[in-house]
Amino acid sequence: MDDLVLDVTGLKAGYGPAEILFGVDLTLRRGEVAALMGRNGAGKSTTMKAIMGMLPPRAGRIRFAGADITGWAPYRIARAGLGYVPEDRRIFTDLTVAENLEVGRRPARGGRAPWTPERLWSFFPNLAEMRGRRASAMSGGEQQMLTIARTLMGNPDAVLLDEPSEGLAPVIVEQMAEAVLRMKEEGIAVLLSEQSLDFAAAVADRAIVIERGEIRWNGTMEALENDEQVRATWLTV
Amino acid sequence: MDIGFIVVQSLSGLASASALFIIASGLTLVFGVTRIVNFAHGSFYMLGAYIAVTVVPWLLEIDRSPTLFFVGVLISAIAVGVLGVLMELLLLRRLYKVPELFQLLATFGVVLMVQDAVLKIWGPVDIPGPRAPGLRHGVEILGQRFPAYELFLIVIGPAVLGLLWLLMHRTRFGILIRAATRDREMVGALGVNQAMLFTGTLFLGAALAGLGGALQIPRVSASSQMDLSIITEAFVVTVIGGMGSVPGAFLAAVLIGQLQAFGVLVFPKITLVLVFLLMAVVLVVKPWGLLGRPEAAAGRAALPEGILSIRAFGVPERIIAGLAIAAMLAVPVFGDTYMVKVATEVLIFALAAFSLNFLVGNGGIVSFGHAAYFGLGAYAAGLLVTKGGLPMEPALVAAPIAGAAFAALFGFFVVRLSGIYLAMLTLAFAQIAYAVCFQWVEVTGGDNGVVGVWPSAWASSRHVYHYVVAICAILAIIALRRVVYAPFGATLRAARDSEQRADAIGIDVRTHRWLAFTLAGGAAGLAGGLYAFSKGSIDPTLLAIPLSVDFLAMILLGGIQTVMGAVAGAAAFHTIKDIFMPLTDFWRFLLGASIIALVLIFPRGLGGAFAALRGRA
Repeated sequence: MDDLVLDVTGLKAGYGPAEILFGVDLTLRRGEVAALMGRNGAGKSTTMKAIMGMLPPRAGRIRFAGADITGWAPYRIARAGLGYVPEDRRIFTDLTVAENLEVGRRPARGGRAPWTPERLWSFFPNLAEMRGRRASAMSGGEQQMLTIARTLMGNPDAVLLDEPSEGLAPVIVEQMAEAVLRMKEEGIAVLLSEQSLDFAAAVADRAIVIERGEIRWNGTMEALENDEQVRATWLTV
Repeated sequence: MDIGFIVVQSLSGLASASALFIIASGLTLVFGVTRIVNFAHGSFYMLGAYIAVTVVPWLLEIDRSPTLFFVGVLISAIAVGVLGVLMELLLLRRLYKVPELFQLLATFGVVLMVQDAVLKIWGPVDIPGPRAPGLRHGVEILGQRFPAYELFLIVIGPAVLGLLWLLMHRTRFGILIRAATRDREMVGALGVNQAMLFTGTLFLGAALAGLGGALQIPRVSASSQMDLSIITEAFVVTVIGGMGSVPGAFLAAVLIGQLQAFGVLVFPKITLVLVFLLMAVVLVVKPWGLLGRPEAAAGRAALPEGILSIRAFGVPERIIAGLAIAAMLAVPVFGDTYMVKVATEVLIFALAAFSLNFLVGNGGIVSFGHAAYFGLGAYAAGLLVTKGGLPMEPALVAAPIAGAAFAALFGFFVVRLSGIYLAMLTLAFAQIAYAVCFQWVEVTGGDNGVVGVWPSAWASSRHVYHYVVAICAILAIIALRRVVYAPFGATLRAARDSEQRADAIGIDVRTHRWLAFTLAGGAAGLAGGLYAFSKGSIDPTLLAIPLSVDFLAMILLGGIQTVMGAVAGAAAFHTIKDIFMPLTDFWRFLLGASIIALVLIFPRGLGGAFAALRGRA
């Protein structure tokens, strides 16, 4: 049990009268990369927002790093060490690259070396060259790197990464995959939501398949790749 | 005109601009982070002035030094900042998620409460402040004398701009504020406690207002009317500059300062009009202001839930409506003169409030200056009778025409905007109308207005005039109600719920809204005309902000999401006001507190309560 960094049970959430999640159960182990997979509208982003406290859970329990964080405000969840990279990036376009990182800065926990802008420049060399540039003047791929870097500045133990490859050019997608693997090397657990099997297969150890607000399948990435049946039922459009 | 005069005129414009910028920068900062347009910002300014005229003379007793003068000014600013923190903790915190209309009304409730508190603490007499030691002399500039204190003000505006720039770009707090201005939810998801950020912003914003007020004391006396006059100017500055943009506020303040300094030479009577015209032009050309940007989709409603289900009257509603009409018609038979007067006014305000909810509840157009059309109707009728020598009947025909004509003129600009910018523009137009009636003394009688607006001989008794009002108001309400139920009303609701979708199915949203605005203005104009003859006089309070807020309070009390709620709300509001106002010195305080309570506790009003009861039965 101790190796679980995130443990979600029976999570229900929705917008107004619309129910989206009907009891989601999922776990994330320390240092693991898991891919939350599903079609458009299956509930991937909603799951992440609900875990992050940005959408109040209606039922269920969320434990993170041993603490029950159900119903916490997003800022407390972030301070507890759970990072969030939203699907639509949501960088602060009026701020420079360096200022965007400053917004994300939180002290490190547990004696690990803290992330600094300098460390992140070597992680994302592209960003280093444009540290003084306004974020609004960046390309989509650069903005995607910036949102990840910004979240890393919070020194998270785990990161929710919503659709990191969406809408990016193939060469940038490769860099994203590299970034995810390097986060894993640093010991950060990653739960990423993904529609593309290729990307998930390149980075994830485990796959969790969601459809219509419930988890339908859970297993190793390898098993998913070999199981035509599961893919056809829950993933193929 | 000699060059020295032009330079001095321009300098005095810059001094005003500096003062205005300091106040407006606080307003725009608070709006940028909290997305609340804080009416009470003008009250903070007023409190800054009052605290300064209390603290500074006390300090100058110790030693008449410039240092102590400015220490006093800073103490005042900080004290006001603390009051801003209190307001954030007690009120604003509960308002961040409510619709914009409710935020505006609740902060206006604070304005009313502060007005009475100031009168209680400092009394009704204006209090002049001490002049600043060391800056009392004049300076010779190109042969003209110019006050040294004004020169000092010219310096302090850019100094505040520079300090704010440093704060916003060189400190973590400032960077967080700028980030929150774009996307405060994401700032929270990155581990920033928004509550602290908002409280800090309110301290800064309120302290800037307080600083603005305290710096004014050598120039103007502290008075209990300075809150509303400054807040409209500050609104105009932030709207022209772009809401949330501090440099925009500076630019706009300089523009307005110069416009006023030179406008007063060309059109001495209508400087206020010039300022509001500038705002109208800027908003039409650049709807987000000079340096503003379109609001990021913050996922927040501008409006409370409007009228959703419109059902035809069932048996209970028919009985209630029938009884209400019968009761109104029976008042002259059974009631005394006072009751007749109250009943007449209830009918008039019911029509005005109904026409406002036609815009707000049905059309999603939040007008913050509906009293303008009421007042313009009253002035049209009143002036035709007193200056034009016409009898009552044609004057009462002219009243709705005047209301509709001005609503059509102003509405042409208004319907080009949406949300908070639209509300600000309606407010600005209402202030133009107010300014004209206030400043054009020869025609309108200025502040005193015009007396002798009496009905024709046959209708001169209160009882008969009550029936004149009853027939006009009830028929007008029935007609407007039919419009709500007609396809035109449904189209307006469609455009309210989704402008884009309405557009996509071929509805000309702007034209429909424009017609609705004109129609509502006409109805309000009729109500105003009826009111003028009921009161026998006209004066600028009939177009002023407090009456606009009264109308909004009426529809809020009645329930915005019901068709007939406005009528019940007007009746309840006016009766309560008429009974309680003479009994207490703290009427405004009570009204303000009630508006806040309504917004926080009963956002659906009386009509909502009635609908809930019916739903349960």
